[in-house]
Amino acid sequence: MAEEAILGYLEKNEQISDSGNFAAERGFDHNDVVNVIKSLHGFRYIDAQDIKRETWVLTGEGKKYAAEGSPEVQLFLAVPAEGSISKDELQKKLDPAVFKIGCSQAGKNKWVEMGKQVSRKVQNVEDKVKDLLLQVQNGHALSKEEISSLKARKLIVPQTWKGYSVRKGPNYAPKRKKAATDLTRENLQKGDWKELEFKEYNFNAKGQPAEGGHLHPLLKVRKQLKDIFLQMGFEEMPTNNFVESSFWNFDALFQPQQHPARDSHDTFFLEEPSTTRELPEDYVERVKRVHESGGYGSRGYGYEWKREEANKNLLRTHTTAVSSRMLKALAEKPFAPKKYFSIDRVFRNEAVDRTHLAEFHQIEGLVCDRGLTLGDLIGVLHDFFSRLGMSKLRFKPAYNPYTEPSMEIFSYHEGFGKWVEVGNSGMFRPEMLLPMGLPEDVHVIAWGLSLERPTMILYGIDNIRDLFGHKVDLGLIKRNPICRLGIS
Amino acid sequence: MPTVSVGRDRLFAALGKSYTKEEFEDLCFCFGIELDDVTTEKAIIRKEKHLDEEGDENDEEVIYKIEVPANRYDLLCLEGIAQALRVFNKQQEIPKYTLSDVSKDSMLQMHVKPETSSIRPYVFCAVLRDISFDEASYNSFIDLQDKLHQNICRRRTLVAIGTHDLDTLQGPFTYEALPPSHINFVPLKQTRDFTADELMEFYKSDLKLKKYLHIIENSPLYPVLYDQNRTVLSLPPIINGAHSAITLKTKNVFIECTATDLTKAKIVLNTMVTIFSEYCKRKYQVEPVEVVYADGRSYVYPDLSAYNMEVSLSYINHTIGVSLEAEEVTSLLNRMQLHAERSASADNQWNINVLVPPTRSDVLHPCDVMEDVAIAYGYNNIPKRKPASVKPLALNEFSDLMRLEIAMNGFTEVLTWILCSSKEISTMLNRQTDKSTAVVGNPRTSDFEVVRTTLMPGILKTIGHNKDHPKPIKIYEVGDVVLLDEKKDVGASCRRRLAALYCGANSGFELIHCLVDRIMEVIGTPFVPVGDDTGYYIQRSDEPEFLLGRQASITHKGKHVGTFGIVHPEVLNNFDISDPCSFMEIDIENFL
Repeated sequence: MAEEAILGYLEKNEQISDSGNFAAERGFDHNDVVNVIKSLHGFRYIDAQDIKRETWVLTGEGKKYAAEGSPEVQLFLAVPAEGSISKDELQKKLDPAVFKIGCSQAGKNKWVEMGKQVSRKVQNVEDKVKDLLLQVQNGHALSKEEISSLKARKLIVPQTWKGYSVRKGPNYAPKRKKAATDLTRENLQKGDWKELEFKEYNFNAKGQPAEGGHLHPLLKVRKQLKDIFLQMGFEEMPTNNFVESSFWNFDALFQPQQHPARDSHDTFFLEEPSTTRELPEDYVERVKRVHESGGYGSRGYGYEWKREEANKNLLRTHTTAVSSRMLKALAEKPFAPKKYFSIDRVFRNEAVDRTHLAEFHQIEGLVCDRGLTLGDLIGVLHDFFSRLGMSKLRFKPAYNPYTEPSMEIFSYHEGFGKWVEVGNSGMFRPEMLLPMGLPEDVHVIAWGLSLERPTMILYGIDNIRDLFGHKVDLGLIKRNPICRLGIS
Repeated sequence: MPTVSVGRDRLFAALGKSYTKEEFEDLCFCFGIELDDVTTEKAIIRKEKHLDEEGDENDEEVIYKIEVPANRYDLLCLEGIAQALRVFNKQQEIPKYTLSDVSKDSMLQMHVKPETSSIRPYVFCAVLRDISFDEASYNSFIDLQDKLHQNICRRRTLVAIGTHDLDTLQGPFTYEALPPSHINFVPLKQTRDFTADELMEFYKSDLKLKKYLHIIENSPLYPVLYDQNRTVLSLPPIINGAHSAITLKTKNVFIECTATDLTKAKIVLNTMVTIFSEYCKRKYQVEPVEVVYADGRSYVYPDLSAYNMEVSLSYINHTIGVSLEAEEVTSLLNRMQLHAERSASADNQWNINVLVPPTRSDVLHPCDVMEDVAIAYGYNNIPKRKPASVKPLALNEFSDLMRLEIAMNGFTEVLTWILCSSKEISTMLNRQTDKSTAVVGNPRTSDFEVVRTTLMPGILKTIGHNKDHPKPIKIYEVGDVVLLDEKKDVGASCRRRLAALYCGANSGFELIHCLVDRIMEVIGTPFVPVGDDTGYYIQRSDEPEFLLGRQASITHKGKHVGTFGIVHPEVLNNFDISDPCSFMEIDIENFL
């Protein structure tokens, strides 16, 4: 009813200037009118502007007096027209609050003589307070003095009145169309889509979360790195062998048996299967000799090499264990240059904290060719790391038992404003390569880094457990953007 | 990598130069050590005690914590680091270590009893004569032993070092292995005597020493060193005797290393005596001791002879990738404390003759010499050789990543034609003819009149031809459209677009909306309020191919990149589609 009235009125008139008056004139409840205005505004049939007014409403006490009369009048009427009444008796006839206020007001008005006996001083009184209260109740305006006197007696309180002024909106129509939230097959079949009026859609909020699958951030980075290696002409090594013997993991790499990395503090040794079943015996013999007394131009480490140590099985501590097997296999055929890479899991017996896990992913690249130089290594590192967005590199001399020279790779991080270590590299030692049977002029340059560290830097993650392992935040996996490494 | 703590001021005094932190870091970087941390003694103590209060750093001596390579035992103390850097900076010649000229008769002797072979078979000794310690050098001497014990000595299992005030002892000495109950002495820091088995019990509660007990605990015989008067020097590898303890005032130091590993014991003894011979009256001179075994074999230690290594110049140049002259190589090697001279080899090539000093046990092979040349030359000065490799095309790699993401949101990829009829991109979409359309001049059929300006017709045609396919259908395409382009030589260019459509019992408008959000999420662009150019926002739009009130434009970093909405029922009708559809199309070249 109110809706039709509003839309109908606006068809002929410019605006409804005050919804309150509009409601009052037509006998509508103003609240109903307001609800209709809000709804029509939402569908943009109309434009509504807020208007506010201060009005006065009766308090509980005020309402009571409006109905029953003011206390002073009630008291006056309780006093007999002639003679007097004792104060105690008068009190019994009236409500205590009415008596108290009535006494003081009627006294002030000089209507009655107050004492032990109460008697009238005038014969007739007018209940002006009640009249004023009724006027307020009916929405009539009062003078300032009248307002303040009622306000002082706490019979009225101010109230903000809210209403609207209303004009036609962009979607104005004299009659509201059916409100819809979506276009359905039924709408198309019935052809009533032309009648549809859509509920306002909120484009200021995001939509529902998409239903779909998500890849793991670390593996997204791995995929990009794999592509980078392939673009650089590298072939992937099979690294699906976590259990390795100490021989291939350490001894073949000319890592002495007393090396701290071979401590149980650093390496997971296996109880079952505890030892390797076989090793290439003639090669083992050459490795033993180069450890003990050198050869191939080397002094060796000068210690007693123990086969038992080499036999001990472990969870590989680096993918270089795979590299050593691959290079040995390469040495068994007529020499052909190779570029290899791998990205896979390695294991360290380390305390888990914000930056360390007992397992992580190692990225490894190696080039095996005749006449390779340190300049080639530096060149390939620049090529590789610039694809990861690290084009400012410098190299620090370092120590690693199986590479000589060894270089730590530092990259300048613009965000941190400093050089950060991003990987390790070097040329494999002759003591590692020559016992395998590789030709003397064949050099192997190699580098390694973890997959986690660049990923954490890339995505600003500072706790490795947030990224990898079961304590991962699934939300992080879902929110994670595509990895653009190597494509820009 | 071991870390060595040195007083900064003392280090700079030894280097004869003060550095800023950055200068010193650079020097370390070039040489291959690393300034790991700058702290103070009090800060270290505070940290150990987990105290938080700040000290007055200015009042405290600054400590540099320097990380050194694990195979450079000569760098495990301030003296060694300072000497290596002085030589590296050409401030000092390489020291020449010599044995003092003691006749065989007056040489101190250590007699080894055969029983020791079952528990700790080797012993090596030397004497530092007329040494002058100050507090700092004395502490450094003690710290170096500790560092060696922790590193190369593998927590004393391989080698244990004992140092003694020689003036409290009288040679010849004996190295024996006895039942624990027969060994009785006052150990270091104690005031009463213990038998060895008592001592083992006693140290079980000693935090520092208890970790070494296992090395001999289960042996019936314990190794022990005596002087001529049966004074116990030490019970290796556990503890020295109190009697011969060295002090700041000690003038003559007797050093013994007992070991299970011969090579490492030699290295340890050489490291101790070479570094601290710097403080002897006769600098760099060490007094030898004869070690006599029961079978009559006898050796004089320490062995300070240099190891001679011949390395070909071409090997060095060809491995590093430089072409240095022999003189350059020898002077570079001198900076790394390696004596080097050039010599002609048989085939008229230069060889470099290297004398590896006893301090450089890390040099095993010519490759180690080559590395030192490279370090002294500067890793960062070596010219790089770029390998052959290829770079991917960013636009196509990016497109492939996006394709994968959309498929993972449950959309099936379609691959439609670039060519279409003119009305399919205009009237059938409720549109005017697009003025930026490339038009084919000689189409064989009306299907090939124009080059598409939007992916929409191909996708709608796919739906139209798949009426019987169960609903809902979710499809997408990533592909190029062609638009006229005055900036291009030929006047037209491709733009990479991504379009997706939902078709079902209802329009799926909200689903397409959330796909737009997801696309923005995977390219890492945040949702922002309208007008903000740092992310993307969505606003109502008014395009004829979509239904009014259910369509919007997408603004990415201030640029309009696409639209989405419920496909207008008239458009659906034009493409013979009887189910409601929502569609989005976005230019993804903007996201590169």
